[in-house]
Amino acid sequence: MTSRRELSLTYVVLGAFSLFALAPVVGIVLTALQDPDGLATFGSFDGLHPSNFVDAWRDGNFGPYLRSSVIVTVAVVVVASVLSILAGYAFGLMRFRGSQVLFYVVLLGLMIPTEAIVVPLYYDYRDLGLTDTYWALILPQIGTSVAFGTFWMRAYFRTVPRSLVEAARIDGASSWFTLWRVVLPLARPAILTMTVLLSMWTWNEFLLALVMVTDEGLRTAPLGLSFFQGRNQTDLTLLAAGAVIVATPIVLLYVFLQRHFIRGMLSGAVKG
Amino acid sequence: MSAAAPERPPGEPRLVGYLYLLPALVAFTAFVLVPLGRSVWLSLYEWDGVTPGTWAGLDNYGELVSEEALRAAFLHALVLLFFYALLPVAIGLLLAGLVARARVRGLALFRTVLFLPQVIALVVVAVMWRMIYDPGSGALNEVLRAVGLGSLAQSWLGDFDLALPAVGLVGTWVWFGLAMVLLVAGVQKIPESLYDAARVDGAGMVREFFAVTLPALRGEIAVALTLTTIAALRNFDLIYITTKGGPGDATSVPAFQVYDRAFQTGEVGSAAAIGIALTAIIFSFSFVINRTAERGYAL
Repeated sequence: MTSRRELSLTYVVLGAFSLFALAPVVGIVLTALQDPDGLATFGSFDGLHPSNFVDAWRDGNFGPYLRSSVIVTVAVVVVASVLSILAGYAFGLMRFRGSQVLFYVVLLGLMIPTEAIVVPLYYDYRDLGLTDTYWALILPQIGTSVAFGTFWMRAYFRTVPRSLVEAARIDGASSWFTLWRVVLPLARPAILTMTVLLSMWTWNEFLLALVMVTDEGLRTAPLGLSFFQGRNQTDLTLLAAGAVIVATPIVLLYVFLQRHFIRGMLSGAVKG
Repeated sequence: MSAAAPERPPGEPRLVGYLYLLPALVAFTAFVLVPLGRSVWLSLYEWDGVTPGTWAGLDNYGELVSEEALRAAFLHALVLLFFYALLPVAIGLLLAGLVARARVRGLALFRTVLFLPQVIALVVVAVMWRMIYDPGSGALNEVLRAVGLGSLAQSWLGDFDLALPAVGLVGTWVWFGLAMVLLVAGVQKIPESLYDAARVDGAGMVREFFAVTLPALRGEIAVALTLTTIAALRNFDLIYITTKGGPGDATSVPAFQVYDRAFQTGEVGSAAAIGIALTAIIFSFSFVINRTAERGYAL
């Protein structure tokens, strides 16, 4: 049986690591709220000055950056999710020749780093006149997202009871009807987790945005922040405020959905 | 993943399956596989991105071994593997081992907090840790001074020996929560009876961990190691924002070299070769990790 000493040790260790995880986040929020004219140091507290956020928003041009990020993220996540649901449905619930091989290709695709494709992407898209457009950010990320999404949805569809699908078919339902009306309503948790993960990765993508886009109006939020940092090396509070602005949308999404999200992640992660 | 009957998806063979696959495969092929193939092609040329390139054969790959700067970059990536993958998984195992023995209240809350670093954009993480490591106003030096260790205070990211571990610890911070969440979930699936049996045999905390928890977590360890290994090897954002590979090339990594060569110094072929080599390394590490986990009791 677990002794009381062990239990307290568990809490101490968990607490210590939670503190390690949380301290930098709290630190940057406090920094963002410091008196901009004071002697700013990271993580110290000298009252609340939310006006920093207004200044950072204006100086850093974060409005357009966030708009770009929203456009790119929504486009990538919506298209990739639909394609992944269709492909995952086929891999998970249908039998056809070559499905195993095709699935392994997708599996390898999961591991291909952006670094390996960014060079030809830039030079080819430049020749096609696609650099400095949203397309240059959206299309490649649909490709990488579809690999993960297909993997994810296949794992889910394999858990669907086959009796359900067979019953639908005996009733004369088409595969299309079965997908959208019978199987998918049950898949909400899996789809939610997938869309949160894809949103997170798309929102946070940096290398592709850095390479593909030079137009100020097309820059995504993380890219905007890196330029903002270049201009505000010394202004700690302003930079901290900008960083908080860029991180907040996804952190909020996570906090609101974390219950479903972590549960979905745990059930999906280790099934393969 | 065998082709045995119960593994097989239900339903009779259906050609319509190809139709459902088609859009995803087209997107994946056009936006990932074709660029990957183009990358292989480019890697066989000496090209500055502007003037016509010249055929180089495998020279760019030879340079991965012969060129000092590139050898160093790959070596740094291996060092980061320790901080990004091994250390987070070790911490995750420690936490999972503790949680396995105790009925912890508020585990969901701990999990939410520990996972938080994963959610924050790496660019933001990098900006944040630059502030923490800052020699002047940084929190780390402040803390050291506050506890009387002011002599240790220094420019963490500016030191040739310390910059790489300093960046590595940022990776640890980002990834240990994910490892912990995965491993704790695995622990909760271990049947209670296994622990009871170990306890009847008088196993203490440590023996119980090695006899029960660790072997049962093989699958989860493999997933966590694969994800963190990929993250370690392709790490660009953190390096670009915190150190730009410096001081000197003390924190230069392959991903940074890809960017630098393709878009700054006009060595496009070399950049493509580094990207392809990186992909090959990621494939082989993932393969070894997952093979080991499938096979052995000893990980």
